[in-house]
Amino acid sequence: MRDEGRKGMIELKGVSRRYGVNVALHPTDLSVPAGRTTALIGPSGCGKSTLLRLVIGLLEPTSGSILFEGQPVRTDDIPLRRRMGYVIQDGGLFPHLTAGQNVLLMARHLHQPDSASRARLNELCDLTRFPKDGLARYPVELSGGQRQRVSLMRALMLKPDVLLLDEPLGALDPLVRAGLQTDLKQIFRELGQTVLLVTHDMGEAGFLGDRIVLLNEGRIVQQGILEDLRDRPADDFVTRFMSAQRSLVQL
Amino acid sequence: MTDGKAFSHYERDEYYERQISALYSVHNVYNGFLILALMLAVALPARGEQVVVGSKKFTESYVLADIAKKLIEDAGFGVEHKQGMGGTIILWQALRTGSIAIYPEYTGTISEEILKAKGGMTPDEMRAALAKDGVGMTGELGFNNTYALVMTQEKAKRLGIRSMSDLKNHPELRAGPTPEFLGRKDGWKPLCVRYGLSFGDVRGLEHGLGYAALASDQIDLKECYSTDAKIADNHLVVLDDDIGFFPQYKAVFLYRLDTPSPAVAAVRKLEGMINEGRMTTLNAEAEKTRNYELAAASYFGKAERTAAATRVESVSASIMRHTREHLILVGVSLLAAILVGVPLGILAGRPGPLSQFVLGGTGLIQTIPQLALLALLIPLLGIGARVSIVALFLYSLLPIVRNTATGLQDIARPFKEAAAALGLEPWAQLTKVFLPMSARTILAGIKTSAVINVGAATLAGLIGGGGYGEPIQSGLQLNDNATILQGAIPAAVLALLAQLGFDLLDRVVIPKGLRLPVNVE
Repeated sequence: MRDEGRKGMIELKGVSRRYGVNVALHPTDLSVPAGRTTALIGPSGCGKSTLLRLVIGLLEPTSGSILFEGQPVRTDDIPLRRRMGYVIQDGGLFPHLTAGQNVLLMARHLHQPDSASRARLNELCDLTRFPKDGLARYPVELSGGQRQRVSLMRALMLKPDVLLLDEPLGALDPLVRAGLQTDLKQIFRELGQTVLLVTHDMGEAGFLGDRIVLLNEGRIVQQGILEDLRDRPADDFVTRFMSAQRSLVQL
Repeated sequence: MTDGKAFSHYERDEYYERQISALYSVHNVYNGFLILALMLAVALPARGEQVVVGSKKFTESYVLADIAKKLIEDAGFGVEHKQGMGGTIILWQALRTGSIAIYPEYTGTISEEILKAKGGMTPDEMRAALAKDGVGMTGELGFNNTYALVMTQEKAKRLGIRSMSDLKNHPELRAGPTPEFLGRKDGWKPLCVRYGLSFGDVRGLEHGLGYAALASDQIDLKECYSTDAKIADNHLVVLDDDIGFFPQYKAVFLYRLDTPSPAVAAVRKLEGMINEGRMTTLNAEAEKTRNYELAAASYFGKAERTAAATRVESVSASIMRHTREHLILVGVSLLAAILVGVPLGILAGRPGPLSQFVLGGTGLIQTIPQLALLALLIPLLGIGARVSIVALFLYSLLPIVRNTATGLQDIARPFKEAAAALGLEPWAQLTKVFLPMSARTILAGIKTSAVINVGAATLAGLIGGGGYGEPIQSGLQLNDNATILQGAIPAAVLALLAQLGFDLLDRVVIPKGLRLPVNVE
């Protein structure tokens, strides 16, 4: 593999998570390489979103350790969180703030110089191809696709070391979705960004992800590039999962 | 004759006292409260040269207190008259705790209600018993204001009823005694036993309403005070107490023994000076002129009365004063409720036992009847605007606390995760995201509190707290609709203005992004 021998930006060692008696994630090892896009995929309830929440420190692991650039991730480590950008389905934009205010929220909270923040905002609008006159609008006045662009800008505002996306395009209609996928790929490449992406769509995982990590029932079943999963399935589940999404994969 | 409204307020006293003692037995915390109140009462210092005169909530008490006020003023003291503070229990408490120095009372009430004596007491026995509480009693003023049963003259004549014994032959009569009289130790039940009476239809009626019910033939019989001005006004007849059931209710003044003796001496000038006829005239004057001070001045002669008449406040000036007082009551209590309620709501917004405790506690306050809450607070805070503000504050808490908690709890998980994932500290999450997002719900709670508060603040009129409640209460006592409306109309207008003001405030306080219609793609 392309990243072999190189230490991952995020390292999970024996990380598990339980909710009461339900195991959401069995002890799992995973390495997220720098500068690449890693796509987590699997059916609903496979543990992929849990894994993402563990990485950003929204959840405490039941066992194991998570290292971010060699530093352990803790749920109370606020400065560490600011080095990670987070985008969720339908944006999670705060409705009482305009698009611009949402993007600038953290910069202002941290009292960063206004001129620098403005410049960064302009840069991000160009990068995400978001119209600047839309910055004064409130989230309810924006389309779903625009909301995701704003959410992406907000996540990128503080120039995070890693970008975490939880089904970022899940709520969009197919046409908008296809457009945004192309833009996202372009943006990730341009920034050389480390990305950890959760999706349930193999087409999207294959299109955006340099590596695909397939989960089922709280365990990683197989990881590799799309062709590995398609041509050399690790087990029967991978075969079934791939064939269920075949029509997309063959596109 | 005396205004018998005294009944209704005695009644409230006893009713709430029962409720309160029920609360005591249920909640030990209230016991602590009572002990604290008593300790505080003991610690309260006696007043200096300012003498505070209290009165019960009925015409005669107002008039007697105003006469005493004038006499004490003439003796060189500053005097404040706290009008219509309530019934016996509230006045007695206020006297013992030093909130007031002196107030008019009746011998029968002193022995039966205050000293809880089984049989009759001589004046000397009463003085000895009262002295244990640091209270003295003047000599009798000269008139006996006892209970009596009344009927309309027309019906009494038709049925040939003159005395209470005559009632034995008329079990079909409908009786409407006040609830207090129904429960009183010297009231309805012992009376019926003594006279051997039994009626099929007996219902407790508020005193003023009872007169209206008599006049409109809804009831046939009720009790009142023997010197009630309304007896003549309503063409009623007093039935002869032929067995001599009712005890003597001779008017006296009760005063704290630490009251400056010249002030007490001034009031003692009234001993033996007011007979039934004179008191009835003064009461009637107060009812006719709707002005107690004026009636009190009549006691001192024409010149004094004329001087008092010129001091009467104009209607617009009094509305202005009541508005100012009312706004202070509402404003201060609401502001305090916001400052305390929102943080409590934030605590209650987090799941857990603390939330249950805060919501349960503020909810419990809401279940305490307003008058009972006042009765609980008076030993701690005395009477007047301060205690009213505290009571209003307590009542205003629940809507604000609950709405704040609900607003915060209703924020969807993605927003909570987004706020945390961005790297905002918990405090910043609350102030920059969660509270603004809940602004509409929180403001709705504040609005509810404000509108309720404007209405509830009229309660302050019961305990000398001022505001629109004052004309409403005195209008009720005087049976004077014009005076009631002087309080009721501005109160309604203020409630509407509060509603309107908050609707406008919505546009300022609720972020625009929350007021926009949701975009349908």
